[in-house]
Amino acid sequence: MSDFPDDLKYAATHEWLRLEEDGTVTMGISDHAQELLGDIVFIELPEEGKVVDAKQEISVVESVKAASDIYAPISGEIIAVNEDLADAPETVNTAPYTDGWICRILPSNPAELEELLDADTYAGMCE
Amino acid sequence: MARLKEAGHALYSGMLNEQAGVIDDLIVYRMAWGFRLVVNCGTREKDLAWMNKQVAAYDVQLTERPELAILAVQGPAAMHIVMDLLNSKGASAEAVQVGSLKNFNGAEFGSWFIARTGYTGENGVEIMLPDNEAPGIWDELLAAGVKPIGLGARDTLRLEAGMNLYGHDMDESISPLSANMGWTIAWEPADRDFIGRSVLENQRDAFKRGELPVLSGLVMEERGVLREGLRVQCTFSDGSIKDGVITSGTFSPTLKHGIALARIPSGSQNAVVEKCEVDIRGKLIPVRLVKPGFVRLGKKVFE
Repeated sequence: MSDFPDDLKYAATHEWLRLEEDGTVTMGISDHAQELLGDIVFIELPEEGKVVDAKQEISVVESVKAASDIYAPISGEIIAVNEDLADAPETVNTAPYTDGWICRILPSNPAELEELLDADTYAGMCE
Repeated sequence: MARLKEAGHALYSGMLNEQAGVIDDLIVYRMAWGFRLVVNCGTREKDLAWMNKQVAAYDVQLTERPELAILAVQGPAAMHIVMDLLNSKGASAEAVQVGSLKNFNGAEFGSWFIARTGYTGENGVEIMLPDNEAPGIWDELLAAGVKPIGLGARDTLRLEAGMNLYGHDMDESISPLSANMGWTIAWEPADRDFIGRSVLENQRDAFKRGELPVLSGLVMEERGVLREGLRVQCTFSDGSIKDGVITSGTFSPTLKHGIALARIPSGSQNAVVEKCEVDIRGKLIPVRLVKPGFVRLGKKVFE
């Protein structure tokens, strides 16, 4: 059974987001997504400093089974990237919501956060 | 088939068309009563149609055996588990016989046939038996500790072992020489006129001159996964650049890096391959060329 923490927002493309106190957003892929992908062996990390639009492709997660594009759930600037994943991509399998975070975005249009899914809606979609 | 001297012997071979394209790859077993062919399930209909056409002129009976099932028991403990299973049924003489089977040999026990063949690069057997007995034996094997695997895991194993998969690494448009199947061809005696021979002889000369592509192994030590269809860019010693393509690729769980089979342009006397790179999402990642075959019996086999 996948885990869908209540304090996060979700995109239909299986990314999660957490609004931090400083107004930035941390994101990764959901527990459900990592389960579907299976053993993750490589992550092409997003580019720090890049300004992206919502739904723009920013990263690729490769598992033994498949390569899956990761999309920016919101528009903004990528201000931090989890470099630890370069050597330990499997962290996304073991801790998708904590140590397996992928990047932090400084939103350019915080209103976009309202368009994302809450935990219940996303969990319902994953059934 | 002349290589199959005695009942129980098995042979891996290609079924060729007149143009020397590979219709299928298969294992032929010599039985006391004739030959048993195990072909790919996905090519069953075209194989049967082709063989029926070929046998029409001969005194040969071709019988499909849809009532038989195959269970492949593979891995370091496989022999031991299958022998225990036979012993538990009071078939101790049969267990001893299975235990002493050499690779690519089998033995028939009534309606069962057990052979030291498989598609994993591991020790083990394939058990061919009446399909109504298969579910019970399956359950007994699971109870004895055998783990069931799906097609994905089986595909990883065969690729680690460097074995071809029909429809990916070769098909009717591909010469067996360009599918690393040259070793299966019995060129002698020279007057044996097997189907496709004349075309194949011309291809052999072209292959020696470096005019046909080769199926090579690829190893990527950088992080990532090699996948079927990716472009392989080969740089030759004369500065020329030619493209090949990955025909099967995966991440090797045993080696912890990407491995693949790829059809790449051949080198010649004047120009050898100096560098190979795989195009992954527009980035050229260096790969090493190795002989097809990456893992056998759980151990790395290339340098």
